[in-house]
Order: sequence, then structure tokens, then C-alpha cells
Amino acid sequence: MPNSVLWAVDLFGRVYTLSTAGQYWELCKDSQLEFKRVSATTQCCWGIACDNQVYVYVCASDVPIRRREEAYENQRWNPVGGFCEKLLLSDRWAWSDVTGLQHRPLDGVALPSPHWEWESDWYVDENFGGEPTEKGGWTYAIDFPATYTRDKKWNSCVRRRKWIRYRRYKSRDIWAKIPSKDDPKELPDPFNDLSVGGWEITEEPVGRLSVWAVSLQGKVWYREDVSHSNPEGSSWSLLDTPGEVVQISCGPHDLLWATLWEGQALVREGINRSNPKGSSWSVVEPPGSENGVMHVSVGVSVVWAVTKDQKVWFRRGVNSHNPCGTSWIEMVGEMLMVNVGMNDQVWGIGCEDRAVYFRQGVTPSELSGKTWKAIVAARECDRSHSGSSSSLLSAGCFFGDEVRGSGESAPSDTDASSEVERPGPGQPLPAEPLDDSKNPTGSSASGPGAGRTAEETTEDACPAEGSRAAGPDTHPGPAPTPAELPWTNIDLKEPKKVPSHSAAGFPETSSLSSLGLLPLGLEEPYGVDDHPLWAWVSGGGCMVEACAMPRWFTVQAGLSPSVQTLSLSITPAQTAAWRKQIFQQLTERTKRELENFRHYEQAVEQSVWVKTGALQWWCDWKPHKWVDVRVALEQFTGHDGARDSILFIYYVVHEEKKYTHIFLNEVVALVPVLNETKHSFALYTPERTRQRWPVRLAATTEQDMNDWLALLSLSCCESRKVQGRPSPQAIWSITCKGDIFVSEPSPDLEAHEHPLPCDQMFWRQMGGHLRMVEANSQGVVWGIGYDHTAWVYTGGYGGGCFQGLASSTSNIYTQSDVKCVHIYENQRWNPVTGYTSRGLPTDRYMWSDASGLQECTKAGTKPPSLQWAWVSDWFVDFSVPGGTDQEGWQYASDFPASYHGSKTMKDFVRRRCWARKCKLVTSGPWLEVPPIAVRDVSIIPESPGAKRSGHSIALWAISDKGDVLCRLGVSALNPAGSSWLHVGTDQPFASISIGACYQVWAVARDGSAFYRGSVYPSQPAGDCWYHIPSPPRQRLKQVSVGQTSVYALDENGNLWYRQGITPSYPQGSSWEHVSNNVCRVSVGPLDQVWVIANKVQGSHSLSRGTVCHRTGVQPHEPKGHGWDYGIGGGWDHISVRANATRAPRSSSQEQEPSVLPEAHGPVCC
Amino acid sequence: MTDDKDVLRDVWFGRIPTCFTLYQDEITEREAEPYYLLLPRVSYLTLVTDKVKKHFQKVMRQEDISEIWFEYEGTPLKWHYPIGLLFDLLASSSALPWNITVHFKSFPEKDLLHCPSKDAIEAHFMSCMKEADALKHKSQVINEMQKKDHKQLWMGLQNDRFDQFWAINRKLMEYPAEENGFRYIPFRIYQTTTERPFIQKLFRPVAADGQLHTLGDLLKEVCPSAVNPEDGEKKNQVMIHGIEPMLETPLQWLSEHLSYPDNFLHISIIPQPTD
Repeated sequence: MPNSVLWAVDLFGRVYTLSTAGQYWELCKDSQLEFKRVSATTQCCWGIACDNQVYVYVCASDVPIRRREEAYENQRWNPVGGFCEKLLLSDRWAWSDVTGLQHRPLDGVALPSPHWEWESDWYVDENFGGEPTEKGGWTYAIDFPATYTRDKKWNSCVRRRKWIRYRRYKSRDIWAKIPSKDDPKELPDPFNDLSVGGWEITEEPVGRLSVWAVSLQGKVWYREDVSHSNPEGSSWSLLDTPGEVVQISCGPHDLLWATLWEGQALVREGINRSNPKGSSWSVVEPPGSENGVMHVSVGVSVVWAVTKDQKVWFRRGVNSHNPCGTSWIEMVGEMLMVNVGMNDQVWGIGCEDRAVYFRQGVTPSELSGKTWKAIVAARECDRSHSGSSSSLLSAGCFFGDEVRGSGESAPSDTDASSEVERPGPGQPLPAEPLDDSKNPTGSSASGPGAGRTAEETTEDACPAEGSRAAGPDTHPGPAPTPAELPWTNIDLKEPKKVPSHSAAGFPETSSLSSLGLLPLGLEEPYGVDDHPLWAWVSGGGCMVEACAMPRWFTVQAGLSPSVQTLSLSITPAQTAAWRKQIFQQLTERTKRELENFRHYEQAVEQSVWVKTGALQWWCDWKPHKWVDVRVALEQFTGHDGARDSILFIYYVVHEEKKYTHIFLNEVVALVPVLNETKHSFALYTPERTRQRWPVRLAATTEQDMNDWLALLSLSCCESRKVQGRPSPQAIWSITCKGDIFVSEPSPDLEAHEHPLPCDQMFWRQMGGHLRMVEANSQGVVWGIGYDHTAWVYTGGYGGGCFQGLASSTSNIYTQSDVKCVHIYENQRWNPVTGYTSRGLPTDRYMWSDASGLQECTKAGTKPPSLQWAWVSDWFVDFSVPGGTDQEGWQYASDFPASYHGSKTMKDFVRRRCWARKCKLVTSGPWLEVPPIAVRDVSIIPESPGAKRSGHSIALWAISDKGDVLCRLGVSALNPAGSSWLHVGTDQPFASISIGACYQVWAVARDGSAFYRGSVYPSQPAGDCWYHIPSPPRQRLKQVSVGQTSVYALDENGNLWYRQGITPSYPQGSSWEHVSNNVCRVSVGPLDQVWVIANKVQGSHSLSRGTVCHRTGVQPHEPKGHGWDYGIGGGWDHISVRANATRAPRSSSQEQEPSVLPEAHGPVCC
Repeated sequence: MTDDKDVLRDVWFGRIPTCFTLYQDEITEREAEPYYLLLPRVSYLTLVTDKVKKHFQKVMRQEDISEIWFEYEGTPLKWHYPIGLLFDLLASSSALPWNITVHFKSFPEKDLLHCPSKDAIEAHFMSCMKEADALKHKSQVINEMQKKDHKQLWMGLQNDRFDQFWAINRKLMEYPAEENGFRYIPFRIYQTTTERPFIQKLFRPVAADGQLHTLGDLLKEVCPSAVNPEDGEKKNQVMIHGIEPMLETPLQWLSEHLSYPDNFLHISIIPQPTD
């Protein structure tokens, strides 16, 4: 799960963030300003500072925010001077925008605000519709405005060309003031409240946000045009309101609520993707007449409110169709404010202690949650800066039942060492504050902690003074109960009995904070300071999930944070000398005690071990159906100590008992099968692979299936003596279910003569869930999830259903993935009622899958398998190919046909796509590479025989937005690398591949290819792109580069080989067709070609998604001549780019004189 | 990269080459040949010596046979100690194979427990397991297991089936994620130099300040005499499974990886051999 942050403002206006992976509040990087309000999203945070101005804080990222400015240069031909700038009077401007209506001289295009800078100067766009133009990018036409072509004809009277310049947003990781002077109407009064949301309304344009603000006079303003590429928006526009608004809250989707001065709530209706501002207001009465609503906060389908008496309310029945909801429910707890974040999770600021609370137990089925739980994370500065206040741990931090005041888990019984001396209640607090010099972390502290000024220190003292004064007399000695940690020996129930006070502020706080009568600083490396007093919290950018709670709720004992942060590559513990010594000594011991005595008899004879159970089997005969079977796995040990196993399947046919059996040493793959009702898996042997007919077995429970899978898999691995982490040369592949498989390449896999048939390759599963995986032979492996999260392989093995022996102890982490399930709503037009869901009898189902063959209703459609759970409701997907109208409909003359986005006279049917997100949580040897989501990645394959240089390993990727990225600092020891380097492009890209000699090829979203020039280890990002036309009438979608070979794949499944690549002309000359029905290609460092192909015929069935190996690939015949078919039936992805294992040289190869010149790489490797 | 799992395998498959010789005073019908065997370090003598018994009984008369017992250089070998422990404690400095003398007479009642059948070994083994889990998890894990799981643990040991044993035993090696280790570490420290059979105390894997306790911390606490003075020469060896882990090794890790199947860390403190 990506790390995300919670934003909060303390009483002094300082802005802090708390990471879901961290345990300390960190002061905002730009701490010059003091803030009143903040409203956060994952990418940015908007705030109102104490100067009442609006600021936006755009989080830094390796990918720049760049925006393209365009201008057109227009020319007309005249007989005297040829083409020149002199136009006719009726013509457009010589310099204009694309329409020609607006005058746009190059020097007149200004930066919109001081937060932008130019990336480079203006240049001419030489690329026209995916094809390079000649002669300076000019395109020709008969007259303006008309269709422009690349070629100059006899009747071309006008021409134009496009100039491009990029500007870049520079104010990242700082608070950038939103310019107000540009606004036509100077704002009448300062802002009072602000809320950011709406990111789920539409992704057009990317990163679009709704920013709403309320002025002191009670007016509501909307910021126009805020998006990823325009983080500041363009202008404020005023909306009419029925009354004076004091506060506003905008949810991630279409909910928008505001509060009125009189205490009612306002609800905005009619917000949708075409009208994010909504159309009208409705009024919702407060829960009680005497206490109006003071504060509201909304999520996707929840509304929380705080009334003037600080009571918290939950609005029942809120959703898109009924944004007003039905009724109020009072919740336990008193809050100053509440804030709904992502996933409808809720935060609040306690009214008595001003602590930040998290609502526990909020799930899609129980949106109101269970209890409030205080976040006890300390501020980072508190760690090093023990401050002037004598540290009191506020008891108010802990209230509610969920703070277990019990000693179950506490080391309280016999352990005297954890007992801490507890002074009596009346005893004065330790007079001396902690001496900084005693503090081991003090000296190492830097950044916010160390940089704090004296002024801030005095501020810190205020609350503490109050607490000292009010302390002891408010509360008699609380009964000490053993708490989770020695220094929190406080009666945790106590604060509940404290009568609540009406107003907030220091007095109440102090009445509670004196409860902590603690001996401090005696054993702890740093004292637990007075907890921060908060004024505002915003969870709009914070993703908390029930399965992985952040560690915010317990005070961390002396472990230093560096120990806890996961560091990939090798953890210190693994390199520790003690571990090495144990490994080494055990090896020596075995040698000493066993080597000379191997002829001795073993004391214990190995015996047969059997596991039996009941499963279901998809029977081999017709009609095929699931039949109940008994299965038994017999394991026995041969004389050579090797383990072997047989799986027996006992079944009954025609009342006759029979059995079939499988030798596990013949099994080549055990594959969990996508099935929404059964926990099933398929078992392949080479023969079954050729038949395209595996043995299919199903278990009654997931646990049962996992047990069998793990056991069978372990037995298979043992019989093949495969264990531990995959070798660096391993071949990785992924099924359509997202399961990851790995195979150890045998040396003769790439032999020129008699290569190992690829149906004999043994595949074993790794834990985790990915959409694609790429590797190189130095052990660097990256994966990409369905949700575009980038993952790096940690060197472990197992995870997922492989527990215990089949899994490594370390390097296994939780992994989650999210994908969408799509169904279609189909309608037919009739003259009476227009479009209805009543179709012709011959029509498809009115709710169906994409093909129309399967009925798929909203209620009946289940997540893809039992491992997935829904995490959203159904929503209309507008991003389908072909475009949609405003309601998401696509029109066509009849089913099935090609659909378009607007209705014409000839259309009689329409459909729209509904999507629903589902999520899977598993575990595996993968760690996330935050924060940029990627859609493709390629790691440089190692040139066979090349010496390993000290250079870092080249790794290129395409972000989900289409940016080209180059990863810096990747090495075998640090496979995750350090940072992204952004490589500028003129259009979004889709696929990338880097060859062994630093040849970088890419495919743009328009289907054309590009070659990146001058990429060297010393210049990892290269210098410029060379446009390569795609094969005629085809749009490319993927490219793969081996040592010298370049293969590309188009959208129609054709595989192309790039002909004519030479060292002096690395772009090559033309595309040559190799094969069709291919859906993925991987070219390795030996220029070996592997693909995933569809429609592979087996003797029993046809299979899609089959691993195929190109045969006959030789240096002088890089295209090969045929295919060898391997494992199949649902494979989606393969990477052979780590396999640089050359076959042992046979005699025939030695005769090969020398390789033909064109077989050499563009750069001699 | 070596994985910690390999340690478990190495520990389990540790073997001691042993030469069994019949005690000279035993009465035989013909000369008794010595018997050579690879003994699993993690098992128990009486569990793995059926072949030895059979071998020597062949040359003896029925009436001369009573309960078998073993002795090494005059010390009767306690069957209820794991074999590896017996070897480390008594014989680690001598040459291999390990020469064990077999007796069928004059059972040393004051030194040894009787071992009437395999059930006695099973009972002893399971009680050790239960004691260890009482220390680690307040017995919660072992009590939650089914009878067949207990049986599988025992059968795994008896039949020398590593994966069968560890399929269950791994549950005994888990601990709550929010803690850094077991409640207490089950360990026993053995010394040849003292009368006391072994030292066993309550000791936590993690210190109050959150630091992981090491093997050195344990020894300093419960057996200070075993720790070599910092400046002085090495007097003692601290041995588990025939190796000397560094004193910096975290105790929790040791407990998870170098415990015997009974879930105890059996640590031998033996005088540094002088050669």
C-alpha cells in the first residue's frame, strides 16, 4: 500500500503531516507560514494562511508538472516571394492559436504565475499525425481553415506549422500563493474556509479537483480549472447561496455540503462530471433546533457533522442519488471538528484534549465505524527537543474502551525490570526537564527539530504552564493500572467521567493533562512530551485500510526509527556477523561430522508419508463436470535420498472404483484457476500441456486449497531439487489471474540444436499479485500491479498461500492490488418510449459482459475470485474507447457493432460501461516503489560475456500518465534504485524497452515508435527522440529490445521484426512481419524471442495466453523460423530478459565462421 | 543469499557418526562387532538405537539381556537429553566417530531414568514441548492444537521427517506482530563442571528499552561464570548444535532457529580444550 499522509494544523498554525508508515508528526517542509485551515488530497494540499490568503502546496514528485503551449505560424503563397508572412486581409493572424482566431505571437505567451518557469525555448513540431514532416514541420492546405497535409501540392496556397514550448510548475514542496490580482473581480473579503475534493468525479483532465472556498461574508466560491497540470486553477467564480455560509466540505465524489450561519446544512445537488459545480442547493435541518450544525464533512457516501454543543452526528442514507440523506444519528464523543478522508475514513479533533482521533472500524458495510481512537504519535521535534515544559502525557489522549488498559499483552507479571517507580499523586513532577545532552537522539536530530527557533519554544511552554497550574487539584490520584507501556500507568477509564465543558481551549486540556504523574526521562531516551494541541485535521490525502493500520496508536519504545523503516536490498540483520558465523559454522560442522562418515548407516530409515483428503475433480470424460474424488499424496524417499511423490485420484465411474495417478516429478506447473465459485487449481504435465487439458482439482475451502497447493508445490520442488530464491537468470511469467510464476532456465533452453522443449519447463509460483514483471540477470526484478503500483523483488520466496517451509522467513511483505470489473448496460431505441431496457428477443442481455453473451447484472456480478472484495460501488466508466456522451452512453446501429460517443440518426442501440473496483490483499517477496504509478518498465539485459561494470543498472519506465522515466541508482544491492529522472516527450508514451547496448525504444500512445539517441551509462537519459513510423496502417502497442534484435507488437496482435539495424543506423529501416495472434513479446539478452500467443491448438482444446518460444533464432537468422509451445491457458506476461545462459557450445556452432555484420549491435558490445 | 530456513534444515539433519561397542564385561556367545551409525543430533538415544540393540542381542543369550543403556568414557548417557546435547557436552573435543559403550546389565539407577518403551520418550518429549510453549505463549499455541498435530510433531521426530515436523512446529515459533518475540525464551544451560543438571530461568527476548537480548546478555544474567572475561583468555565454549554462536546473536533468533525439536535451546558450556 502506498504511504500517504494525514495533514493537521496545531493551535499555533503550524502544519504537520503524519505518514501512514511513520510514527511521528513531521513539520511541513515549508514552515514559514502559519495556517488556519488545510484541505489535503494525495497530490497537494490547499490551505488558508493567517494572512487570509489561499495557498497550495504541491507535493514534490520525480515527474514534473509540464504544460505545453502551442502557437501556429501561418503563411500564404504568393507568386512573387513564394510562401511568406504576408497574408490576405481576410486571413488569420500570421501567428495564431490552432483555430486561427486568436492572435498569438511567440513573445506574447506569458507564464500564468510566478510559480511557473519555461523549460526551453520555442521549437517547431516536426511530427504530424504520427509521421515525421519534412522541411521544418510545414503542413499545407488549399486555404485556411482546411485539412492540412504533409505534402505540398500544386494547389497548396497556404501552409502552417506548429511551435511548441513547455512550461514547468516550479513551486513544489512549498506553499505557493494563489494569485488573486489576476481576477477580474477583486475579491471582496478574505476567505474563511476551504475544501478540496471531487477527484473521483472525472479524470478529464488528469488530476482534476474541485476547490471550494467560503469568504468571511458567507459567500461560496469555486476555483475553476484546477488539475494536475494546472495546480493553481485559473480564477474564482461566485455561486449564489440561500444564506450566509460559514463552512464547506467537498467529498471525493459528488457530495458537497456546507453549513449556514443559522445552523442548517446546505446540500449541493446536480454535481456530475459535466457540471462539477452542481446546479442547486437544498437545505437540511440540524438534528435539534437549539443546537445548529457548526461543522460538516463529507466523503463518498457519508456525511458527518458537529453541532454547536460539540456533539458528533452521522447522516444516514446519503448517496449520489440522495445527497441529503434521511436522518441524523448521534455518535459517542465530543469533537471540535471532524474530517472525512479517503475510503470514508474519519478523523476528528477531540474537544477536551485537542488530540487527533481516528474513527476505528469504518468499513463499507459499517460506515459509521465503532470507536474513536487517539493518535498518540509524537511530533518529530519532540524527539530531539524535549522542551521547556515538564513532559506530561495527557491522559486525554486515551479515552474510549479500545485503549486497552489491561495487562494481557503487557510485560507486567514477573518481570521486575519493566516496573517503573511511580511517585504518588501529589508528588511534584520532576523539576528538571530532560537534559538534551542526555538524549541520544538529540545530537543526531536535524531538520525541523533542530531548526526550531526560540520563539517557537516559548509558544510550546504555554499549554504546559496551564496544565501545571490546574493539575493536581482537579484529579485525585488515579488508580494505576498496568498499561501497555511502563510509563503510561494511568487510569484509562478516568477521562470518561470528566464532565464535558462547553468551550474548547487550554483550560479543559490542562484539567486532563495532569493525570499523567510520571517519572520521566529516567529510562527513556526521550521524554514523551505534552501532546500537541491540534486545531484542524485533513485526511483527504490519507489512505488507511483496516488490514494495515498505521502504527499511530501506541507510543513506540526505544527502537530507533531507522531500524523500523524497511530497507530493501539487505537488511542490517542479514549481513550481521553473527548470522554469517552461524551459517559458516553449520557448514563446517556438517563437513566435519558427516564428510568422512557418509558410508555409515542412517539410524532412522525413511518411510512413506501419505496425506489424504477429499477434493473435486473436473473429469476427463464427457460430459465434463466436477466429481467428488478422494486424493492421496504419497511421498517416499529413494536410496539416493531424493524425494519423490505420487498423487492418486480415486474416483467412481459407473459404480466402479478407479484411480488415476500423477508423478509429481513430471508436473510442470500448478496453477490457481480464476473461478468465482470454486477454489480450484490446475496441474500440468508436459503431456497435459500439449493437450491443453490440465488436471483440474477444487477444494471446498480456500484454506484447504492453499494447503494442497503448498504441499503439492513443495513436493514438486523437492523432486526437482528446486528451492530457495529463484536464480538471477530465472524466467518470470504472470497469469491472467495475476499469479506470478518463475522457471529456472536450463542451459539447453536456448541451444541452437535440440533446445529443451518449452513444455518441459518447470514453473513454480511466487507469492504476490502483479500484472507484469521484468527482470535482468543481476537479480533486479520489478513488477507492476493492476493498479499500476511499482514493486521491486526483495529476494525472498513464497508468501501468498505458500507458508511455512515453502516461504522464506524474511523479505515477505503484504501486497495489495486493485482492479475494476466492467459490465455493460444495453438499450434499444423504440419509436414510442425512446431508449429502454426492453430489447428485441434476439438481442443480447440488457445487462451483459463486453461480448453480450453472458448476463451480468449489478447485483449478480461477483468479484473475479473469492480472493477479491468489492471496495467501491458501481460507477459509470466514461473512459471507454470510442468516447461516450455525458451519461456515459455509446451508440451504434445495432449490436454488436462499433460504438461511438454521440447519437446519430442511424443509431438504434446504445450501451454504457459500468465499473466497480475490487481489491485483493496477499503477501509476497515484493516491496512497493513509491510514489509514482507506472504502466511499463524495462531493465537493461546483461550482454552475455560482458564484464560487469560499476555502472548502475539502466531501468526505464512509463508512468501511468505516459511520462517516460529513467530510474537512477539501481544496482544488484539496491534493486529499487533511488529516484526517477524524467525524460521529456511531446506526447504520452505506452511502452518502453532498453536493449543490452543501451538502445532505448519506446511506443507512444498514438501507436508510433521512437528511438532514444545517445543513451550511455554516463548519460542515462540520452539526448533526443527519433521518430520511427509504425508498420503501415498499424498502431504499435509494445516493443522489446534484446541484444541487437528489436521486436514490436501492434494492437491487432501482429509481431514485427525491425530490419536493417546497424551500428551506424540503430533505428533500422523497416518492419517485417513475423507472426500474428501475439499479445506480448519478450526479447532476451541472447536475442531469444518469447511471446504470449493466443489460439494455440492442443490435442484436447484450444488455449489462449500460451507461452511460446521462437525456434531457429540464430545470429544470421534473428527472425527464427517457427514456434515451440509451452505452458498455456491464461498466461498474460513473460520476461526472459534475465536469461543470458548460453547453451554449451556444440561442434556445429564452432564451425560457424563469423557472424554476419548486421548481426552486430548498433554499438559493439 | 542464504536463507534462515536453511539453518533449520542444517540443524535438523545434523548427524553424529557413532561407533557402538559392547561393554567388555557383557557375556556374549561370540565376539560382538562394533556397530556404526549416523545418529540424528536432534533425536534421543533410545529412539534411534533399535538397530544397535538388535545387533548386540544377536550375540547374547536371552537371559543376559535386560534394559539397554549407554555410557561414554564412564558417564552414563541420559536418554532424555537430545543426542546433540550429549555429544556437545561430553565428547565435542574428542575425535570422531563418537565411541559409545553399550550395556545390558547393572542399570545405573541413580544416574538414569528407565525407558521402558517409546511411549516414555514421547511423553517426555511432549512435556518438554508443552513447557516450552508455556514459556513462549502461555501454552496458548500448543493447547489450541489438535491431538493429531501433537501426533504429527512426534511422528515427525520419530521418522526424521523435517517437513512433517515443521509444518506444525512453525506455529510454535510464531509470536504476535506487535511484540518483538516470545514471552520468555525456553532454554537450558548445561555445564559439566557443576553438580546441578542445568540452569533454567525466566528470561525475555527483549529488554525493557526495546533492545533485543543477545546470547551474551542471557549468559551474563543467568550464568556469569560462563562468560569469558573481556581481557582474559577464552576459558569456555558456548555450544549449541556443535557450533559456537557469537554472543551478539539475538536470543529470539536463536530460539526460533537453533532450538531442538522440544523447542528448548540446549546450551552447553564446556571448558575450552587445551591443545
